[in-house]
Amino acid sequence: MEKLYLDNAATTPLAKEVVQELNKKISLFGNPSSRHVLGREAKIEIEKAREKIAKSINAKPEEIIFTSGATESNNLAIKGLAEANPTKKQIITSEIEHPSILEVCKNLGKRGYQIDKISVDSEGIINLKELKDKISKDALLVSVMHVNNEIGTIQPIEEIAKICKEKNVPFHTDAVQSFGKLKIDVQKIGINLLSASGHKLNALKGIGFLYVKRGMNIEPQLNGGGQENNLRSGTENVLGIISLAKAIELKRESEKVEKSRDKIINKLLEISGSKLNGSKEKRIYNNINISFYGIEGESLQMFLDEEGIFISTSSACASNKLAKSHVLKAIGIDKMYLNGSIRITLDTLKLLTTKQEDFIIKKIKENVEKLQKISPFKFQEDKK
Amino acid sequence: MKPTNTYSKEVIKHFTKPANQGEIKNPSAIGEIGNPVCGDVMKVYLKIAKNKSGKNYIKDIKFQTMGCAAAIATSSMITKLAKGKTIEEAKKITNAQVAESLKGLPPIKMHCSNLAADALKKAIENLEKKKK
Repeated sequence: MEKLYLDNAATTPLAKEVVQELNKKISLFGNPSSRHVLGREAKIEIEKAREKIAKSINAKPEEIIFTSGATESNNLAIKGLAEANPTKKQIITSEIEHPSILEVCKNLGKRGYQIDKISVDSEGIINLKELKDKISKDALLVSVMHVNNEIGTIQPIEEIAKICKEKNVPFHTDAVQSFGKLKIDVQKIGINLLSASGHKLNALKGIGFLYVKRGMNIEPQLNGGGQENNLRSGTENVLGIISLAKAIELKRESEKVEKSRDKIINKLLEISGSKLNGSKEKRIYNNINISFYGIEGESLQMFLDEEGIFISTSSACASNKLAKSHVLKAIGIDKMYLNGSIRITLDTLKLLTTKQEDFIIKKIKENVEKLQKISPFKFQEDKK
Repeated sequence: MKPTNTYSKEVIKHFTKPANQGEIKNPSAIGEIGNPVCGDVMKVYLKIAKNKSGKNYIKDIKFQTMGCAAAIATSSMITKLAKGKTIEEAKKITNAQVAESLKGLPPIKMHCSNLAADALKKAIENLEKKKK
């Protein structure tokens, strides 16, 4: 059976070009902090990578701090800034952030910080007026993600950055789902801190970075040998860094992937009781999130598993946590659709064939109908 | 740590090919449990008749369920366990027995998706209310 991996927002396979690059460099083992030739070799590699990555977002090399991934980057950005600016006690974020932002905020909330979560509209776009109104003199930071991991909504980060600049508050963005896929110019937009991760764009797991604009004062969360400008001690993940620098060079098939996305969306919306979650236009080109009336996403995901189609769900029992999707709740989804959502995130390097697309559409339709038949809630009857 | 989301073969069997799925026209009683916000809703339909010894028994039972694999599998299993049983016997079926018959459920599913026996009890309650 052919395996169709459609969960690229969760993680991605290594690109073949990345594998080739890693194979070339696999014996590079020196500690970049060592002064001998082997250490210097490794150091040269990570500095070349840093330069490339910095350039890709129009930053300076010394503004790139390598970390173990975006969770660490998010923690470093928020906690690090809080510790360096102990008098500022307000953090403004959105209702639909990733747990690695929301949980950090919750944690700081327990330590006396005021956390304001800005609401989003039915497409998942942040309320800019509310943002403007909420920023107080006490504000430490505004943190709003660039692209949402569940519904793919692209936030107007240019406007958010503008508001932050007016109010003189640093702006952090979690760019995990957009870095390497959408063009980001940190200077032009006015970003102070940006988190990114390697494994979401066909590089290795365990590597990410935090962009820290020059002049920003943050406290390290890992103390030790003083690597990464003293902001992140620990021997650098040399191969991870190399893989990340390679991955950002690869051509992403944005336009073709978008066409494929739209075809799948439009076909799935023909299924009775289906509904697109998120924005149709302001949406990352590889994300599809659709709910089906009266069924549970996990059941659908399991049926698709049997067909070799690997997707994800944001519904109740999908993850180990029994929580409902905070994102779908925030966009005000009707309760009959809340649990019946699936997320399909396409590969941005390799396109699906027409045959594969049609197979995916057909299998989803078949299995949705099967589950709707089992369900006590019938779309036609219950429709308002 | 063991993965928390793995299902037994028995669960998968009942999930992919559920028994007694659907509606009964003019049922003797209906029992419904759960709510859509929680995710799992189960509806049980009963057709009651008298057996040879004059006792009421479950002649036919069907279910409709919205939920995860565990919810659907437990629904299917309860219909198998209850069909043909007298009302008194059927009342004694517990959620734990349903889970056991399915060779266990992941711990995380024991509470949220193991509602089938409760739905059956509700249907029997409704049946008895009707008679009064």
